[in-house]
Amino acid sequence: MRFRYAALAITLAAMTSPALAQTPKSGGTLNFAVSAEPPNYDCHAQSSFAFIHPVRPHYSTLLKFDGPNYPKVTGDLAESWTVAPDGLTFTFNLRKNVKFHDGSAFTSEDIRATYDRLRNPPEGVRSLRVESYRDITSIETPDAHTVVFKLSKPNASMLSNFASPWDCVYSAAKLKEDPKFPERNILGTGPFTFVEHQAGSHWVGRKFADYFEPGKPYLDEYRAVFMRGAAMVNALSAGQVLAEFRGHSPADRDRLVQALGDRAVVLESPWACSLVVSFNTTKKPFDDARVRRALSLAVDRWAGAEALQKIALVRHVGGVLRPGYELATDEADLLKLPGFSRDIKASREEARRLLKEAGVEKLSFKLTNRNVAMPYTPVGVFLIDQWRQIGLTVEHEQLETRLYMAAQQRGNPTYDAALDFNCDFMDEPNLALMKYVSADRSALNYSGHTDRKLDALYDQQSGELDKGKRKAIVQEFEKHLLEESYVIPTIWWHRIIVLHKELKGWDMTPSHYVGQDLTNVWLDR
Amino acid sequence: MLRYVTQRLLMMIPTLLGVAILVFLMLRMMGGDPVEVMLRGEGANVSQDVIEAERVRLGLDQPIPVQFAKWLGGMMTGDFGFSMWTGKPVAQEIASRLPLSLQVAVMATILAVLIAIPLGTLSALYKDSWIDHLVRVISIAGLAVPSFWLGMVIILTLLTVFHWHPPVLFTPFFENPRENLSQLIWPALAVGYRYSAVATRMMRSTLLEVLQEDYIRTARAKGVFERLVVIRHGLRNALLPVVTVVGLEFAFLIGGLVVTEQVFNLNGIGKLFVEAVSRSDFTMVQSLVLLVASFFIIINFVIDLLYAWLDPRIRYR
Repeated sequence: MRFRYAALAITLAAMTSPALAQTPKSGGTLNFAVSAEPPNYDCHAQSSFAFIHPVRPHYSTLLKFDGPNYPKVTGDLAESWTVAPDGLTFTFNLRKNVKFHDGSAFTSEDIRATYDRLRNPPEGVRSLRVESYRDITSIETPDAHTVVFKLSKPNASMLSNFASPWDCVYSAAKLKEDPKFPERNILGTGPFTFVEHQAGSHWVGRKFADYFEPGKPYLDEYRAVFMRGAAMVNALSAGQVLAEFRGHSPADRDRLVQALGDRAVVLESPWACSLVVSFNTTKKPFDDARVRRALSLAVDRWAGAEALQKIALVRHVGGVLRPGYELATDEADLLKLPGFSRDIKASREEARRLLKEAGVEKLSFKLTNRNVAMPYTPVGVFLIDQWRQIGLTVEHEQLETRLYMAAQQRGNPTYDAALDFNCDFMDEPNLALMKYVSADRSALNYSGHTDRKLDALYDQQSGELDKGKRKAIVQEFEKHLLEESYVIPTIWWHRIIVLHKELKGWDMTPSHYVGQDLTNVWLDR
Repeated sequence: MLRYVTQRLLMMIPTLLGVAILVFLMLRMMGGDPVEVMLRGEGANVSQDVIEAERVRLGLDQPIPVQFAKWLGGMMTGDFGFSMWTGKPVAQEIASRLPLSLQVAVMATILAVLIAIPLGTLSALYKDSWIDHLVRVISIAGLAVPSFWLGMVIILTLLTVFHWHPPVLFTPFFENPRENLSQLIWPALAVGYRYSAVATRMMRSTLLEVLQEDYIRTARAKGVFERLVVIRHGLRNALLPVVTVVGLEFAFLIGGLVVTEQVFNLNGIGKLFVEAVSRSDFTMVQSLVLLVASFFIIINFVIDLLYAWLDPRIRYR
């Protein structure tokens, strides 16, 4: 019965999601839920969707992702741009009619000040994007509406980086007065001005009358309500909030569809997030590639994805990049990689052989996991069952984030194997592969491994501007990683969003970080 | 009396100091780094330099005794410090949530008292009758049913039967009483029911005990009206343990509505507590523990004063 409701709603989604085909109506307040809360107001220092969802509508970025055509980028503050054939110079022509919410004019100086802060933050300022812009050597502003970025070497991710939702453009004048200004103040050029933030409760933005896109935004106001779990699903069921833009579990989707009936619109998409298992390579027997590979071979990802999608927000089998992404390994090639064969019997035989060879046939260890139900608990339980089937004994240790991270502490990691996630605002390999490069180069590497071959391949793909060649390098990276199995991909996430029918103009993408400026969102009331 | 009050007030200082030391040390001993949680908890690629700089900014690089002395020094001058997570003053964060928690606690207490005293009295007066059995069933059910579960049942009933959901945002009572009550009456009911069950059982058993006392028998023998015997001589004495229960439950509600606040999405102290613990926001957790401990101590003190007022024997001891 539940799935019949779901099917009906998905059909409705197909009929109603091209919202822009209808004439948008102006006015109204959009209430939506956010299941966490931003700690402070500085985009450059944040990494959570809890920040993006309420705050992004106040700001513009240089480029942004084109929702319906993700991962294609489109202009936001940039009207047009050119990239030099050698990939070393990016020139942006900026919009001329842009104002900050305080009425001051936006110029190329604001872009320069913003990106200087991102790549080289002044003392006391925190930027989490220094790595992304390390290849930029200079930022020039030949006139008030042109900005030129020069790079030390080609970087295939750079254009997409300029669409990062975290790179809110700040006022150069305000940054000059106080580089920490954005930590406590909201001043952008985005479609909505800041009204209030009631800590623990809600965040309100109001339509910016001088927004540079004529006629937009359509909404008069938006209100992001901080709520989670059952309270959020109840509020959605009652129509007090019209959406939650991160993603629901299948059970919540079914409950919402049942409650809302034909007022529900269900949108689903592969999600640019995966669950991976990190092995502590500084600890025996996980310093042995045979043991790690055996543990990867024992996992039947295909059957797991089939079963787990019914209860958890995971569904897709893939390697290091999201299945379906243009640079990801196709299924036919994926099947040839260790741990991805559909012949699980043969894989497990090989796993047992490797463990015997390594002298740890009856291995016992702990799987350290986050104490977060969705999707960590079901996937953790699934993995333990898979390992049990080759005669191993695994204890499931679910810890609060603080203790979970303490177990993976750099220099003194105590865990055996840990279920971790790999998730960023886009699929670009420069971000998605960072988890797998050597520990001395990547803060995301908790397995402690050093592998210069992976590092070299990472650098090579980053500088390769030809997509075909880049894909081949990424595949070589993936093959080597899976042979070594320092960190192994398990199952990729599946994003499920349930909207109320009257919410229009919002585009589903594989990332819960992009497409949240609410410029095109409107209410069909 | 004045000496007694002064003594009790002075005793609060070492108690609070003990709580402060315990909570401070326990948080540090539990392991984990708040900066790691804050900067890397969401999977961000943050360099070790940034982590170290943040530790320095928050003073976590300093020896533990120095950190403790600074925090305690601040507390003694009314400076609760800044939240490690939001960077905002702890006092401001708590102040914005306290009215809601206080209101739910007061409403739940009023409900509990309004239910418990008459029901407990009836139950004692009609011992072993159908009234007594009914009251006991109601009160045992109240003890058995967790408040958060009852809260979920209330919400789902409102949703499925009445197609209505309480407001999701808090409106202060004096701004819009109707809106305020339509949000807070439900958690107050959920919590107040359990609370009333405890108090009802206490009321019943103490009244039964008091009604067996010699002075009650004497009053009856003198021909005092039964109503006066019960109200003036019985209830007043039976209230002593009930006051204790009511007071302690009230103090508990200030910081203890952790799950109920989640069920009803209330932006109160309980929710702040959970968030602070999960974020390893040391300064916030320390201040909240001290706040709740202070509530308990002050309410205990008030209960003792009430005892003295209700029972002259205590006053003159």
